[in-house]
This record gives sequence, C-alpha cells and structure tokens, in this order.
Amino acid sequence: MRHLLRRCGFYLVALWASITLNFLIPRLMPGDPTAALMERFQGQNITENTLHAMREQFGISSEPLGVQYVQYLNNLLHGDLGFSITAYATVSSVIAEHLKWTLGLVGVAAVLSFVLGTLLGVIVAWRRGSLLDSILPPALTFFSAIPYFWMALALLYVLGFTLNLFPVSGGYDVLNQVPGWSWDFTFSVIQHAILPALTIVISSIAGWTIGMRNAMLTTLSEDYVLMAQAKGLSENRVMLSYAARNAILPSITGFAMSLGFIVGGSLLTEIVFSYPGIGLTLFKAVVGLDYALTQGIFLVIVVAVLCANFLSELMYTLLDPRVRQARG
Amino acid sequence: MSKSEMDGEYPQDTAVQDKYELLSPVPLPHEQPFDDGIPAVLPVDVTYKAIPVRKRGLLPRLGLWWQATMTTLAANPKMLTGVCILGFFVLVAIFGPLLLRHDPAAFSNDLFQPPSSTHWLGTTQKGEDIFSQVVVGTRASLLVGFVSAVGATALSVFFGMITGYFAGLVDDILSLVMNIFLVIPSLPLAIVLASFIPFKGPGPIIIVLLITSWAWGARVLRSQTLTMRSRDFVQAARAVGETPAHIIFAEILPNEIALVSASFVSTFIYTILADITLEFLGLGDVSVTSWGNILYWAQNDQALLTGGWWLFIPPGLCIALLGAGLAFLNYGIDDLANPRLRKERKPRPVKAAKKEATA
Repeated sequence: MRHLLRRCGFYLVALWASITLNFLIPRLMPGDPTAALMERFQGQNITENTLHAMREQFGISSEPLGVQYVQYLNNLLHGDLGFSITAYATVSSVIAEHLKWTLGLVGVAAVLSFVLGTLLGVIVAWRRGSLLDSILPPALTFFSAIPYFWMALALLYVLGFTLNLFPVSGGYDVLNQVPGWSWDFTFSVIQHAILPALTIVISSIAGWTIGMRNAMLTTLSEDYVLMAQAKGLSENRVMLSYAARNAILPSITGFAMSLGFIVGGSLLTEIVFSYPGIGLTLFKAVVGLDYALTQGIFLVIVVAVLCANFLSELMYTLLDPRVRQARG
Repeated sequence: MSKSEMDGEYPQDTAVQDKYELLSPVPLPHEQPFDDGIPAVLPVDVTYKAIPVRKRGLLPRLGLWWQATMTTLAANPKMLTGVCILGFFVLVAIFGPLLLRHDPAAFSNDLFQPPSSTHWLGTTQKGEDIFSQVVVGTRASLLVGFVSAVGATALSVFFGMITGYFAGLVDDILSLVMNIFLVIPSLPLAIVLASFIPFKGPGPIIIVLLITSWAWGARVLRSQTLTMRSRDFVQAARAVGETPAHIIFAEILPNEIALVSASFVSTFIYTILADITLEFLGLGDVSVTSWGNILYWAQNDQALLTGGWWLFIPPGLCIALLGAGLAFLNYGIDDLANPRLRKERKPRPVKAAKKEATA
C-alpha cells in the first residue's frame, strides 16, 4: 500500500511539473507569440486595440509571472485552455472532438502490437537457433529503425496509392457517410483505420519481440523450466505458463515506458494519413502558429500518457507478488 | 596492492593473477611450454585475457577497451555489421560532397524525372538532383544527430552518476526530475519546444533534442552506479581520501564504458530519427539540404500522390539502414556485456529435451 501511495505521489508531482512546463515554455522563449502573428498579418493594419485583444486571447499579460501562473492554474481547473485561432473554437472543444479518434487508433494499435510482438518473442526464443530465429529479429530491427512517418508514407504509396486497397486519407468517407452508429459508417471508419494502425504495429512491434526474446532466454535457462519439462508437461504449457509468464514482467514495465514513443509515432502517422486525431490537429496548430491549441494538445497528451503509465504500474503490482510483498 | 588490483575485476589470488599477467592475446614463444598443469590459454574470454593488470587511468583503459573491441569485432558479426554500416555513412558524410557531379541546390530543366543515368535517383519538381541531395544531406543529418547524442550522453553520464553516487536529497530531487522527463512523451515535447523557439535551424533542434533525450541514459547509468557505490574499490578510494569527483569519473566511470557506449548509440538513434522527424514537419530550417528536408519538400509538393516514389525512397532507406546499423551495434554491445546472450550456438538442455519430446 505504501508503494502505491508513493507512486500516486510521483504521478501527481509529474502532472504538476508538466502543467508548469506547459506554462513556462512559451513565456521563457525569446520574443512573444503576437510578434509572430503580426508577421502573419503582414501588410494589414493592426491597431493597438487589436494587438491588445490578441494578447488577451493568448493570455499574455504584463503582470508578474506568479500572478499569471495562478490565473493559468485557475483557468485550467475550470477546463479553460484558451481559444484556438485556427479552428475558431475553444481549445477544449477542439480537443474533445479529435481525441476520440486518436484514443481509438492508438489504443487498438498499441495493444495489438504488444500482444503480437510478445507472442512472436516467445516463439522465437522457444525455437532459438531455428531459421525463424535467425531471420525475424534482424528483419524486425530493420523495420523498427524506419521512422514512423516514412513507414506511413511507404504503406500509403504501396497499399493505398498503387494497389488502391485502402483509402489514403481521413478517418471516414466524408463524402458518402454520415457519422453515427450505422454499419456503413463503422465499416468506413475501420477501413480508414487499417493503414494507420498497420503503420503503428509494424513500427513498434520489434521492441516487444526482441525484449521478450531476451527475457525468455533468461527464464528458459532456469531450473524450474527444466523441471517442468522433466515432469513431461506439454510444450505449450512449459512455454506459456512457465517461461513466458515469468519473462513478461519486464515487458509490462516496458509497455508503460514505450507508450510515450508510440504516442509520438502515432502523431506522425496521423499527419501522413490526414487522420482526424490529435496529431493532425497538433500539426495544424503548430503550422498555423496557434499557440493556445498547441499547448492544450500537449497537455492532453502528457496527461493521457501519465494515466496510462499509472495504470500499467497498477497492473504490474497485481502481477508481480514480489512488489506487493516486499513493499506493501 | 595497486588500485586496479583492488578493483575486484581480477582474482585476488596472486598465483592465478600472475598467469593473467603472463598471458598475451597470442601466447609468446617462451610462454608456450608451460607444464605446471595450468593450460597456456585459460578458458577465459579473449576480451578479458588481453587486459594487463597494471594499466590505470581513463585513457589507457579506453585504449585497452578499444583494442579489446577490435578483437571481439571479428567474433561478433552483429557488431561488425553495425560498424560497417556506420562507417559507410560517416565516409559519405565526410567525402561524399566532394565527389558529386550535380550541385544539390541547382535547378535544372529535368523536372520530376524518375531515376536515370544522368540523375541516378531522379529529380525533384524543381529539377534538383536527388542523389546529390541525399549525399550532401548525410552530413547535416549525421552531424545534428551526433552532436546532440554526444551532448545528451554527457548530460546523462553527469546526472546518472551524480544521482547514483550521492544518496539523499541530491539523489531524490534529481531522480524526480529524471523520472518526470522519462514519463513526458519526448516527441510531442520536442515538437512543442521547436514550434515555440522563434528562430529555426540546426542550433535550436540540437537544444530541443538535448532536452528530450538525456533522461533514458541517465536512468540506466544511475542504477549501475548504485551497484558500484558499495564495491570494494570505491570504498578503498574513499578511504584514501579521493574527492567524489575523482571517484565518480576516474574510478567508477571507466567500469561503465560499455554501458555508456550502449546508451550513446541508443541516443544517437533517437536524435537522428527525431531530427529528421522535426525537419519533416517543417520545424527546421527548410533551406538546408538534409534528409529530413528532402522529405519535407517531397511531402510539401505532394510528390507521393503524383507517383513520385523516388523522392521518398532514398532518404527513407538511408535512415532505415543507418538506424538498423546503429541497432546492430547496440545488440553487439549487449552481447559483449551480457554473456547469457552470447552463447547462442551452444546446445542447451532445454533444446535437447524439446527435440526428444517432438521426436
């Protein structure tokens, strides 16, 4: 229990730190966002009033940093993340609209990649020295070295553009479908999600396979595995319930750690496929110098990753009795 | 006893120690007719056999480590592959731009041509030669990645070892900062940072990459230093009255060189990929010729949806090849440091039993 409380404390501090970081980044940078915006509206007459209004909108004031900070925290508590100048809506409404796409895509793809990759790792370690073992790890290493966005471009070109198997952009067929709980719409959503999901799975699977293989090799040399085989247990039972079950623990910690990478990669995947999630919105915000939206999205991503990390730590505590007993 | 004898790396028994000293990688003629029951070549790995006992200090040890690496390279195909690939790209980065036929930035009348004998990798919509761009871009991409990786590794060595060596408040605070940086997703942070820095170019990108990449290595080095802290040789150094700085960087650090190099290689992979990613998003200086910017312009000009595969494939393949080379290098280092992964070819009881079961 003490262990859990400590971890809760850590995540609260991490949350506070990322909120503060988010507050400080634009304010510590040289120059101010309105200057960049002035450049954008070059040639148009910008009066002192307009400038003042823009500063208000960005939440930039000449007040001392401390007062601004309290104001910022207060706004955050009320769910007020500012106003997006590119989408012309409040930041929270823009995020709410796009977050579900990303959550669905990344959630499914990350879990799929974890399950498939771990299983592959188990099999490869079990058949160590076989043809599969000598081909798969190097091939996967090569795939994992390919940047997400390039993998996305390659899949888009081959499967989407040349072979015309899948749609190349968007989250659903905007021209023919009305969002709702109809079969056609669901089918369209799945069809559009296949290529982005495939990109994420292919790019992130190698880490699980190789990590699991190495962990399996360590457990396979343990005496209890030999014992299980000596007892004449079936191959599957020894492989899955004896060796893999003990080897999977580091992978679960790894899942939490690598979630940040997967989220980062999925941002790029979304950009390439024009998938209507948070990543594409972040990209548009960055290009359009929409600072409020950029910050809001960053905050949401950080909070989501922190939550996922916390959940996976809870799971780890449940799975590994040593953690519970030693510190509980 | 000399300092390195207290390291605990070598057997404390002086009789065995003498044998270690006598052994060179190739037994000298006068060493061969040993007839005292101890074989001329002990069943010890080549790596350790080549290390004489009396060397001390960072530089000679680095030299020995290098020598040992060279010896092991021949026995370690993964590492050899990695070194060859990396070496190839370094050579291209240094000498490549001198051997080009086309100016990478020059426009020509050959617009959007697929690969041909004049333009080996085709041309862009503006008629620029892609082969020249890829070759010249190697330098910029490799340099930004390398500088950031060196900086980030230096930071992670510094923070990792300080937090690992000092217990108490310093460790608590710095570890907290480290762990926070570990849970904040690095790519979104890099994108946000890069978008808020008002000027563009390699400088800001390097700063962004430094901030987002030091924490991983620091964490690994911290846990290793934690296990080193209570070893005999550290306590001996402390007893002699060495300063903490000397103990950390001259006593403990040389023992973690393999770990530092592994962490450097992983950081290098991250910085190269992140640099290219940021440039692809247009957050770098788009007028510089680099792998990321080739992809940025290709995307900007809608090259893929007009069938221009030759704009994407070359830089992408280079990135993937370089990344894979670095990954192989790292697996090689892993094999060196972890003997369990090294003994791959030896038959083990598990396999034997499995064969019987299937037979």
